[in-house]
Amino acid sequence: MSGLDWLIPVVLTVITASTPLLLAATGELVTERAGVLNLGVEGMMLVGAIAAFAVASATGSGLLGILAALLAGAAMALVFAVLTISMMANQVASGLALTIFGVGLSALVGASFVGIALDPLPQLSIPGLSAIPVLGPILFGQDLLVYLSFAILAAVAWFLARTRPGLVLKAVGESHDSAHALGYRVIAIRYGATLFGGAMAGLGGAYLSLSYTPMWAENMTAGRGWIALALVVFATWRPGRLLLGAYMFGAITILQLHAQGAGVEIPSQFMSMLPYLATILVLVLISRDSTKIRLNAPACLGKVFRPAR
Amino acid sequence: MNLRDSLKRAAGLALAGGLVLAAAGAMADDDIKVGFVYVGPIGDHGWTYRHDIGRLAIEEALGDKVETTFVESVKEGADAERVIQQLAASGHDLIFTTSFGFMNATAKVAKRNPKVMFEHATGYKRSNNLSTYMARFYEGRYVSGVIAGKLTESNIVGYVGSFPIPEVVRGINAFMLGAHSVNPDVKIKVVWVNSWYDPGKEGDAAKALIDQGADMIAQHTDSPAPLQVAENRGVMGFGQASDMIQFAPKAQLTAVIDDWNGYYVARAKAVMDGNWESGDTWGGMDSGMVAMAPFTNMPDDVAKLAAEVTEAISNGTLHPFQGPIKDQSGKVVVAEGETVSDEDLLRMDWYVMGVEGKVPK
Repeated sequence: MSGLDWLIPVVLTVITASTPLLLAATGELVTERAGVLNLGVEGMMLVGAIAAFAVASATGSGLLGILAALLAGAAMALVFAVLTISMMANQVASGLALTIFGVGLSALVGASFVGIALDPLPQLSIPGLSAIPVLGPILFGQDLLVYLSFAILAAVAWFLARTRPGLVLKAVGESHDSAHALGYRVIAIRYGATLFGGAMAGLGGAYLSLSYTPMWAENMTAGRGWIALALVVFATWRPGRLLLGAYMFGAITILQLHAQGAGVEIPSQFMSMLPYLATILVLVLISRDSTKIRLNAPACLGKVFRPAR
Repeated sequence: MNLRDSLKRAAGLALAGGLVLAAAGAMADDDIKVGFVYVGPIGDHGWTYRHDIGRLAIEEALGDKVETTFVESVKEGADAERVIQQLAASGHDLIFTTSFGFMNATAKVAKRNPKVMFEHATGYKRSNNLSTYMARFYEGRYVSGVIAGKLTESNIVGYVGSFPIPEVVRGINAFMLGAHSVNPDVKIKVVWVNSWYDPGKEGDAAKALIDQGADMIAQHTDSPAPLQVAENRGVMGFGQASDMIQFAPKAQLTAVIDDWNGYYVARAKAVMDGNWESGDTWGGMDSGMVAMAPFTNMPDDVAKLAAEVTEAISNGTLHPFQGPIKDQSGKVVVAEGETVSDEDLLRMDWYVMGVEGKVPK
């Protein structure tokens, strides 16, 4: 086997491991950029996963499943938004409660879907292009959600950096009082950003239950929502670095499994720890330069906005 | 307090409702109360799912003389002690804790609550009110190994491991010995995911193993994900804890099924009748605690052989760990005519010949 033949399946697996993280983290990045810290990503992902699975298995349509996940994730985020933005509840506590609520709700709804199998989302192979050696299967043989994750990330990067509404959204995250004084509708913008974050978390969940492991199992996110949260800080709230972070995390997760199978004699416990260790290490490196965090973190992140009359 | 504050509070309470422990059965003046502590969700369709089937069997068999409760997805460690203590304090007469990692917590709580009976699965700490029980799943894994040895073409079996504890190492060895009994060229590659339950990671481990040449996937983790990967990649695999054929109609060869029903009902009944005694139960195929799912997706002669091996283990003519057994270096460690004692099986921390890599310490 040549080196490249070995590489293709690894890269393909890395892509599937990274996609749910990238989807959920992209949403959270936008939410946090608007100054809202929603720690409920794990719960929203789970609710998205069960919504997608339930609808897809009832209708036989993956697309409807994806739609259901977007709506379900957004609905969860709406609960959070009402609590924290309108009622000014503490964001950290409400976010944690949202995760716990999502875990319970998805388990309750999912109880009757345990043990049901589902055909995975089809891969959108493009005739001709998918047959190109090496690059073909990697670039042109993925399912819809993988392409979506890239498209949405690119759109978010463009939106935040190059559009007027994007700049307004960032302004709201930096100083809600100033934005308010300038006449921007802080609360409406935050609602929008939070709902977008919820919908994206739902989409990440849908990827898990429709494509990654096409089944429903309780708690199937197994902490991926928390990783997505960490990735946003890791990326210092920048879309480009988010892509890097998500794929680095996915790659280390997969490579350690391959290394074990190949008989590399490093304790497996250490290998399992590696992705987390790498994330912490980068976080520490970034945090050492406190100006960098201060420059990049939305200044009003997690702060309650009380509009002055 | 203004309206906004009270609304805020009400909403907070509604959310906190999600925190309430899962509890089954209504409160009534019952004869006995039986509690269960699970390491995973009952919806895992694997280990915890089978224990919960056992819980339901108690309700079925003893009707309204018994009330059962369960707490699922309990983390091993300090949290477990709190949960077990809570069950003990809330009037439960018998408490089953169903994961190895609950051992110390169970032993501690048992000491504090001498009037409550405890049953701990897969552990080794016992006392007057603390029994242990487990099943000889390795017997089923030996049968799986025989099937894999017959059917593999690449002679590489991929094994998704959870944690390198004796229970899992024993399973790997039994599988290997079964495979070697029919095919001396088989090798096992093990990948540890260091989790009992993470469908995504289990699936990824299976993918990595298939990419490295495995055409048989065995698993000692709790979700159907590895089997599902086998199905999608066109290789064969084995179900874990329960029949998982619906996840892999073309790939599942068989599954080692845990059947706790008989034991659970008997122990609950013993408490009810007042003759419960502490003990150590290690049931195998002969007791019905371990059963095989139908042999599917294989030629008739292999299915016939698998059935014969199952029968031989059930009636005691075949012991999976009977000599000669060689360790990884090729040295005979169990001589012909001898079998590995239960005591040695319980602390097995070495691989037999044919398993690749080292047992992580």
